[in-house]
Amino acid sequence: MTTADTVRKTVLNETMSKAGGKMVDFHGWELPIQFEGILKEHAAVRNSAGIFDVSHMGQVFVTGPDSFKLLQKTNANDLRKATVGKGVYSHLLNENGGLVDDIIAFCLSLSRYLVIVNATTSTKDFKWLCAKAAKMNVKVENKSDDYSMVAVQGPNVPKMMEIFAPEAVKLPRFGIVEKKVFGADCFISRTGYTGEDGFEITAPHAVIINIWDKMMELGKPYGIVPCGLGARDTLRLESGYLLYGQDVDDDHTTYESNYGWVVAMDKGDFTAKDILLKQKAEGLKRKLTGLILTAGGVPRPGCKVFKDGKELGQLASATYSPTLKKGIGVGYMSDPNLKPGEPLEVEIHGKRVPATAAKVPFHKGTAFTFKL
Amino acid sequence: MPKQEEAKYTKTHEWILVQGREATVGLSDHAQHEMGDIVFVELPKSAQNVEKEKPCAVVESVKSAFDIYAPVSGQISVLNDEVTKDPALINQSPMDKAWLFKIQLSDTDQVKDLMDWTAYQEFIKQAAH
Repeated sequence: MTTADTVRKTVLNETMSKAGGKMVDFHGWELPIQFEGILKEHAAVRNSAGIFDVSHMGQVFVTGPDSFKLLQKTNANDLRKATVGKGVYSHLLNENGGLVDDIIAFCLSLSRYLVIVNATTSTKDFKWLCAKAAKMNVKVENKSDDYSMVAVQGPNVPKMMEIFAPEAVKLPRFGIVEKKVFGADCFISRTGYTGEDGFEITAPHAVIINIWDKMMELGKPYGIVPCGLGARDTLRLESGYLLYGQDVDDDHTTYESNYGWVVAMDKGDFTAKDILLKQKAEGLKRKLTGLILTAGGVPRPGCKVFKDGKELGQLASATYSPTLKKGIGVGYMSDPNLKPGEPLEVEIHGKRVPATAAKVPFHKGTAFTFKL
Repeated sequence: MPKQEEAKYTKTHEWILVQGREATVGLSDHAQHEMGDIVFVELPKSAQNVEKEKPCAVVESVKSAFDIYAPVSGQISVLNDEVTKDPALINQSPMDKAWLFKIQLSDTDQVKDLMDWTAYQEFIKQAAH
């Protein structure tokens, strides 16, 4: 394949290749799908420590007196939860209640927010926020091209961070701290996409290789391993985290994605509030539902799901769960009232494989049981 | 343990070793390496008739599914249950412990069109470009 002219490389590209990364084109970014193996990387993050290059993620800064107003208006979640030094996971909604993106908005000060957005949507999000900011006293800047990002994840990660960034180890979940690292202004947040405790470090390109090397050094006693997109996907799906473009998009609402907890109905007006209210009152026609295979096999995105012989929908995300050692998946099912344990069937390679509806998350790692 | 050099290979990355009228079939080391961690195997049925170049088994890694094509026509004579129980064996020992099944050949001549080790190496190199 010759996509070399369109594929973007992160600053860590060479570091990844040298570390044995199998590089693939991921939505226009050349990133490692795996290093030594997905199972090993997955286990390292669940049990100790792993590190990911997530430089493809985007950074949008919202500054000025109306920063809060703009974000509160455009988001489903309540930005009041993002007090100074804290962030909130939220859905940026379009006029139909669909997702422009799923994001984390960090409050750096009352007039300065950092919004971490998905790679493929950063330009769309930026334009959306700009349009919504038209009559407000606020500045929206897309600085995605100025920052790199690494995620250091796993139950032992706080221990390795103790010397490097003691202030970060004191952070609650979704806390963020600005810190000079190797002379550059960086952000360290207690967030991630793996379901384990850990940190994401957003840094200017110039220092990201230093940060990566430092993390590898600090993580050595804990057996830290570089991890690729493969493990990132199995870890996030076990944790029930959404993948934008696959599980959610402009056409699926927050309620449909079974992320109703993100919608803060009591916060005042926000984009598409009336539509979501209506949807809640009328009930859903489809809902993102989890399932676990009860026989062998690996479900994949696109696999059809049946109940009593009737097709209910297709899997949006599905894989082998290394933790459960079973096939797992989520998909939009036309029966929104499926209860965990209800028998289903998944069509894999033309055969119906038994499964049961399941609670999501499929597995709760240390991010879910977090205590300071 | 059979040496890689002794086996014949298909363009779909199966290896085959023939002894008399019985052939042992597995997945090549190159293929298992490309697939990554293998987590599920579905073998043909015992005594199933298989047809050359038609899919007869499935191997799944965490990231992808891979059809296994019968390198020759014949009847399945033995299945390796160990590999069904522990699919990771294919990653660990693709040429030895993780053979997949044995076929009672219907036509021994069919083996002749398969690649030898040198030709297979060349084939992999070509395919990489």
